[in-house]
Amino acid sequence: MKFPYYPGCTLKTTAKNFEASALASAGALGIELVELPRWNCCGTVHSLAKDDLMHYLAPIRNLIRVEEMKEERLVEEKRVVTLCAMCYNTLKRANAVVREDAEKMEKVREIMEKETPYGGKAEVVHLLEVLRDLGWSKVADRVERPLEGLRVAPYYGCLLLRPRGFGIDDVDNPQVMEQLMKALGAEVIDIPFKTRCCGTYHTVHMKEVAAELAHRILDQAVEAGADMVVLSCPLCEYNLAGRQDVIRRLFRDFDSMPVVYFTQLMALAFGLDKATGFEQNDPDPRPVLRERGLLREEL
Amino acid sequence: MMDEKESDMVTIYVMGKRYRVPGSLTIMKAMEYAGHQFRRGCGCRGGFCGSCATIYRTKGSYKLQGALACQKIVEDGMYIAQIPFSPAEKRIYDLDELRPEAGTFLEYYPEIARCLSCNTCTKACPQDIMVMDYVQAALRGDIEEAAKLSFDCIGCGLCAVRCPAEIVPYNIAQLARRLYARYVVGPTEQVLKRVEEVEEGKFDEEIDELKGLDRETLQERYETREKRL
Amino acid sequence: MFTGKIALKKRINYDTEVIEMSLERSGLPLRFKPDNASFKAKVEELSGENLDLCFQCGACSSGCPMTDEMDLLPSKVIRYVQLGMEEVLESKTIWVCSTCFNCQVRCPRGIDIANVMEALRQLRLRKKYDHVSLDALKPEELRELPQIALISNLRKLTA
Repeated sequence: MKFPYYPGCTLKTTAKNFEASALASAGALGIELVELPRWNCCGTVHSLAKDDLMHYLAPIRNLIRVEEMKEERLVEEKRVVTLCAMCYNTLKRANAVVREDAEKMEKVREIMEKETPYGGKAEVVHLLEVLRDLGWSKVADRVERPLEGLRVAPYYGCLLLRPRGFGIDDVDNPQVMEQLMKALGAEVIDIPFKTRCCGTYHTVHMKEVAAELAHRILDQAVEAGADMVVLSCPLCEYNLAGRQDVIRRLFRDFDSMPVVYFTQLMALAFGLDKATGFEQNDPDPRPVLRERGLLREEL
Repeated sequence: MMDEKESDMVTIYVMGKRYRVPGSLTIMKAMEYAGHQFRRGCGCRGGFCGSCATIYRTKGSYKLQGALACQKIVEDGMYIAQIPFSPAEKRIYDLDELRPEAGTFLEYYPEIARCLSCNTCTKACPQDIMVMDYVQAALRGDIEEAAKLSFDCIGCGLCAVRCPAEIVPYNIAQLARRLYARYVVGPTEQVLKRVEEVEEGKFDEEIDELKGLDRETLQERYETREKRL
Repeated sequence: MFTGKIALKKRINYDTEVIEMSLERSGLPLRFKPDNASFKAKVEELSGENLDLCFQCGACSSGCPMTDEMDLLPSKVIRYVQLGMEEVLESKTIWVCSTCFNCQVRCPRGIDIANVMEALRQLRLRKKYDHVSLDALKPEELRELPQIALISNLRKLTA
């Protein structure tokens, strides 16, 4: 299956490990992710003002690329796969608005002028949805090294599940990441705050506030005995992992908790050790993986 | 005054004032024909220095267009205004201390995060550069793409004046090209070798000889050299 | 800013056709004039939400993760807009909102409170107001923040 793939800015820089592990592990399942040519920043976060048009240009332009790709037969699907939860939400919501409001669609086309007009045919999906459609048994079949004994706490954050109607799973008790982790052989730790906000963009100007929110989530994972938190958003990753020194400064009882992207664990379980990208994670998840005997020592 | 046929003339408006000018002239020549004298907003007259950035509208169309006055031929009903200078702060950086990554752009030009991908910059560019594309490339740390796409930029400033996110794209382009040349491509072997040769004195004899020649011989040498090429 | 308990006394003056409300605590008379109505209408239009639906159950406030930093609870913000009180634009709350949509999910009447927060922010931002400034950030911070953080931050909080 060849899918158009939208990376988003951050997956090319601070979240390169997310992309590398995703491309490799999806590829191992027969899901080929073909990057959109000439894509631009999705312009997260989705603009909620009802009269806004400017902020639709960025996401719609990417959806035009999806349609073009399908036209040129570079892909078989009109569903574009995203990895970053925020990109997923931004693209999906913009798509929904212009498809429902013909007047807005017309105006967007007019402003974009030189672009092919958007036909409204593209669909936005997240990799977890594609995996669920594929079937967990197929995922489990591909596992070479089951993540036995590894206790992972899935964390969804906000934009994968909300607002109602745009989520990839049930808003109150999503299970898709848990099901994936089980298929990989890991032990799932369900933390109540798995759907609570990480502080998002407040990490820029109000980093102590964001750190407090992150701490509450990490604390639950620590209390429940998780080895690591697993997630799907580079901003959540930054707030939960990148800001751990701020968290340690504010909360003396907190020590450390590794945070990984779900595709990194997939790559590990599939035996694709070169694509796991753990070197980029800070805190380093490799010590605990080594402890559980899940790391091949040549690494 | 030249002998112009009335049918060859067109009407243009320079800052609101109406003039009849020959239709084959560039905006710059037309303005001079009309009696304007350029003190700012004029440079090489060859489409390379970026001084003569001009915006105009044609009668009946709402479109706001950008052009270089020395290159663009006038059209009937053109409303012209010049932008000899666009306010654009170039941030101070030390190329030796920079890293070729997205973080460098965010550090010195953080407003790049405001890019709306609206493409207004591309539409304003008189050099047909894909401006939005190179700004986006810089935002995701693709230095090579940003440098290559912005190669033809002459820094005229039309993109900067029109950008709704208040970014100055050509400053981004300049930083991208500098980073590209310094860190991605690296030092050019030929240049370094030539510098070495000069320092070793390989060309001293030839230069001394040339210095000793008289004007006529020099001129002859120069002309024959051209022909050999 | 109005915090704490407010007891509202309502009286309809049939001569002037004005609803006179008074706040027990501060004793400040509130008159719901056409101006108040236009502010409410403006917010409703910009957010696309019908605020008359809100019956102040407080579900949004109890689900909001940012309430520690807020001066007005989300449900109170809705109340202010229902009453057409423009002072709500001065609150800290609208800037602290993290658009997590927990409120939208919990509202029993289907109101998207996050949309209302955005509308209130836009009413201020569109008057050339930036809530945050890039000057406040140190170069190392700018260098190390993932693009996604800066992009979303500037998108929500600057003009």
